[in-house]
Amino acid sequence: MKQPATSTGSQLAWVGMGLAAPAAFLLVVLYALPLLSLLLLSFTDYELGATALRWVGVENFQRAWNDPVFIRSLRNTLLYMAIVIPGGVLLSLWVALLVHQRTRSRSFYEVIYFLPVTSTLIAMATVWQFLLHPKLGFINAALRAVGLGETAFITDPAWVIPVLSFIGLWQMVGFNMIIYLAGLAQIPPDMYEAAEVDGVVGGWERFTHITWPLLAPTTVFVVVTTCISAFKVFDTVLALTQGKSQSEVILYAIYLEGFQYFKMGYAAALTLIFLGLIFVASSIQLIKLDKKAHYA
Amino acid sequence: MKPKLSDVLSHAVLLLGAAIMLMPFVWMFFTAIKAPSEIFEASVWPWPRTWYGWGHFQEVLKTAPMGQFMWNGLVVCTGILTVQLLVAIPAAYALAKLPFKGSEGLMMGILVALSVPIQVTALPLYMGLSLAGALNTYFAQMMPFFLSMFAIFLLRQHFKSFPDEIIHAARIDGMTEWEILWRLVVPSARPAMAAFAVFSVVAHWNDLYWPMVVITTTDLAPPPLGMLLFANAESGANYGALMAGASLITLPMVIAFLLARKQFIQGITMTGFR
Repeated sequence: MKQPATSTGSQLAWVGMGLAAPAAFLLVVLYALPLLSLLLLSFTDYELGATALRWVGVENFQRAWNDPVFIRSLRNTLLYMAIVIPGGVLLSLWVALLVHQRTRSRSFYEVIYFLPVTSTLIAMATVWQFLLHPKLGFINAALRAVGLGETAFITDPAWVIPVLSFIGLWQMVGFNMIIYLAGLAQIPPDMYEAAEVDGVVGGWERFTHITWPLLAPTTVFVVVTTCISAFKVFDTVLALTQGKSQSEVILYAIYLEGFQYFKMGYAAALTLIFLGLIFVASSIQLIKLDKKAHYA
Repeated sequence: MKPKLSDVLSHAVLLLGAAIMLMPFVWMFFTAIKAPSEIFEASVWPWPRTWYGWGHFQEVLKTAPMGQFMWNGLVVCTGILTVQLLVAIPAAYALAKLPFKGSEGLMMGILVALSVPIQVTALPLYMGLSLAGALNTYFAQMMPFFLSMFAIFLLRQHFKSFPDEIIHAARIDGMTEWEILWRLVVPSARPAMAAFAVFSVVAHWNDLYWPMVVITTTDLAPPPLGMLLFANAESGANYGALMAGASLITLPMVIAFLLARKQFIQGITMTGFR
């Protein structure tokens, strides 16, 4: 790393290359090569331990399209998103607006709402499984106490995805709330004063005219992260149902095919579909940010 | 009187939400110190009527190596964070201050890889580790996370704003780039690194998917996998022990969060401001 006091640009470039080399190496080993092998694998029928493999073209993708378990896992994920995205945006924004107005109790609420974000999800999902237990759980005990009878939240296919979505919401509201609080802190107070001069006076009008539009980039970010976390649901399914009661989700299907049945070719194809969905969700943000740059 | 009413309403809504947020924690802890007979009564009140004591906790500690799980989590998180910083700091400095051929390509690669989660590379990485005979080791648990795109990205932003004049002056004084990096630039980014450290440790302490893929024995399991193995072993309805186990697994992160509240909230939500 020795260099003369008057190092030239090209010398610095060499130093830069040297400093970035470990990262570049790991980028190839941990991302480029695995993604390439994944792509190649997805066109074969390779199974772990098999001595031969066959090139099958797009057969794995066709099979995914006709695989009732995988299609159900996609449908479940869509239903999950249909609940969690509006719920995650509206509940978090509501909580953030209320917390934003508080002064002395603000950190008290922040801590409580953020607590589920940091706790180990698989442990808390086990607790939820207990709370939802038909005989021993608190939730059914409370329903019985008010005369509503028992609901098989975990074993009834009609309930299981809404219940998983609720737990997902419980875990993410605190995260989204903090993001919204940061967004709210950036709205200059004189915006509201100026709007008051223009006749925007009611609380709801202030919200629809100023707060909601100015928070649009924040909302886009929240929607993107919520989408991605919806694609990645795994721990709660594992703890609550192990995929029973038709509660399969994408990652659970991939995990089973790849690491339980060792059908590497097919699992690779499912993984690529999963990656495609993640990229689509992430690109929502790029389009929006680009638009914002145009107006600026 | 009007603002008072709205304050009362807003506290009422927030407290109701807070009660839902806390409900699982409250039930987890009180069930863990409740007599089995009381658990079977399925009362709507969480707290125990009679003092049962720490029996469920003793039971857990007898059947599951909780201390070993915690130790494994500590080893894995420390290892990951150390390598992440050692790789990301020089790379971020090079990308911020030392223009070189290929730096734009590297930056593009990093941006793409930033949105590729471990569940995507898990399959080929598993096959590679299996070929190398390295499955079921600490190394296998840590390896996929050695390169943190997020760390490079974040640190690059911080290093960019470090004044060029100071770097030039240091070069004239005969300092090498290596010395400039570690003695001048890195100390200036300490808060960012602390926030990243919290982000990294929380993410990997709580990660279940990858350990499930590569770890097959209890002695190497991190806390989330330990919880899963324990829950599977405790089949049936021994909820007292199960809740005691869940309490022990959740405790370290809850305590750390309560102690370093600001850093936690900053570190985990930092992802929002990239």
